[in-house]
Amino acid sequence: MARDYKHVLRMEKVRKNFGKVEALKGIDFEVGANEVVGLIGDNGAGKSTMVAIMTGVFSPSGGSMYIREEKVNFHHYNVRKAHRWKIETVFQQSSLGEKQPLWRNFFIGRQVTSPLGFINIKKEKELAQYIMLDLIGFRGAGITVDSRVSKLSGGERQGIAIGRAMYFDADLIILDEPTVALSLKEVQKVLNFTRKIKESGRACVYISHTIPHVYQVADRFVIIDRGEIVANFQKSEISLEALDEFMLKYSTGKAAS
Amino acid sequence: MKQTTLIGEKRGLARIEALPIILVYIVIVAVFMITAPGTFLKYRIYQSFMSTVPVPLILGLGLTLVVAAGEIDLSFPSIIAFSGFIYAALYKITGQTWMPLIAALASGAVVGFVNGVLVAVVGIPSIIATLGAQFLWSGLTVILSGGLAWNIRDIREETIHSLFVGRIGGVVPAQVLWATLVAVVLWFILNRHKFGEHILFIGDNAEVARVTGVNVRATKIMLFTLMGTLAGFAAVLLTLEMATFWTTQGGGMLLITMAAVFIGGTSIFGGEGTIVGTYIGSFIVGSLEAGIVATGLGGFWTRFIVGLVLILAVALHILLGRGKDLSEVQFLQFAFKKRREGKAS
Repeated sequence: MARDYKHVLRMEKVRKNFGKVEALKGIDFEVGANEVVGLIGDNGAGKSTMVAIMTGVFSPSGGSMYIREEKVNFHHYNVRKAHRWKIETVFQQSSLGEKQPLWRNFFIGRQVTSPLGFINIKKEKELAQYIMLDLIGFRGAGITVDSRVSKLSGGERQGIAIGRAMYFDADLIILDEPTVALSLKEVQKVLNFTRKIKESGRACVYISHTIPHVYQVADRFVIIDRGEIVANFQKSEISLEALDEFMLKYSTGKAAS
Repeated sequence: MKQTTLIGEKRGLARIEALPIILVYIVIVAVFMITAPGTFLKYRIYQSFMSTVPVPLILGLGLTLVVAAGEIDLSFPSIIAFSGFIYAALYKITGQTWMPLIAALASGAVVGFVNGVLVAVVGIPSIIATLGAQFLWSGLTVILSGGLAWNIRDIREETIHSLFVGRIGGVVPAQVLWATLVAVVLWFILNRHKFGEHILFIGDNAEVARVTGVNVRATKIMLFTLMGTLAGFAAVLLTLEMATFWTTQGGGMLLITMAAVFIGGTSIFGGEGTIVGTYIGSFIVGSLEAGIVATGLGGFWTRFIVGLVLILAVALHILLGRGKDLSEVQFLQFAFKKRREGKAS
């Protein structure tokens, strides 16, 4: 897919205060049109706050943000608007309804309906099948579009959420800690789903504090600590060992301070 | 082997919603036919159910959606009194029959809307907001009515009476058809409409609903408003049927309505709800009292047995794994094992 913009998303001096706490202290951050950026930082560094601002869950206290080089007006920016602007998020905690069948989960908030708002179930189920088989190459024994989310493994859930984002033709997919609490096999599934995002020409922000996972899929690493960007490496500039060591130093340095 | 289809249709009995509770109802009626043949083998008793069950049934249907959204409403008995009073008083004062109906529905909607705002905007837990509302609106009803019953006997001569609570062909109480219509409409709303899907996701996980773009506040306000409007309608049916308003009408309906919803199989945890289950559950609760008395046990047993049925029914739903395909139920695995092995080969 050809993209006629350099950055799908760019933040300039973005700040966010929660009462007296400064969660973000002037963040400059950008994501290229077909780039997978690993956003790395310890718990509480401010990663999730950044995601919340990118996806319209919170407004920042200051600074500006550009989507496809167009300035975002935060008074009119929210989750629905982000969807319309093709920014999709796969949250740390699953963004799926546990007790609902998969087909409903793909289309919640964006149902295929008649003019009166009745859902075209047949159509939604067909599209759900297309997403699972063709978009993300879903393999799960005995899982159908009618299966409930509670039957899926952790990696499969992330896959469903990634497939949903791809189906809605997101230009930027944000993965917030997608491999937390997953087994090795499940982690590989998620990393494969992530590669599908890159292959399809989209951009991705991959948020994690598990360095070996991010390292496998990201093109560039941005390190955030206590609300500030502290380092920025291209994958070619740094080995996994060096990145790991860098992060380790950071967290021990923090412990000492 | 590459999978080519992921669209599996449920087959046979698994397709019937709320099948277990339908079977329970059939068993209960069958038992009463044996223990009280003089009553339960005659049409009269069923006609009586069809005239008394619709009011709690309509309340239960609305409550099913509220519970599916993970909320609760304790205020509907006060709407039965308040909207019933609005109807009776306006009829008595103006002599009109339709305008008071609109006013009664609107008054129910207002009570529900206020509940919705208290829950969704102010953030008061629904159990507390609607408990307060229950006192407030039933209190207001007593104040406005001067604590008196209002007789509207003349309403029996009006078209509206025969349309809503008349006996069709002299045998079928019209209100059961209205309640059934409400059930059909709400079934489609819950299972086929995006409003219903939003309710299910909010009940499942409100945070998930929010991040997927559902307007949680607006949906909850609409939901409580719908519940209030339905209660207003139930209030009119009751007032017409009795041709009287009294200040404590609706008292005693809270617990039987909730019992009907939970007997039907709707989960208190939200995220799922069964309209068919509530429909049957309402008739179960409605049949028990008559059945127990007709059997000769005496009215003292009624509450005891309603409680027993409630507990057994909910235990049954949990054992059967609410909402699951029957083939997923642990202790029924043996029956399905063969079929699955056959499929795999």
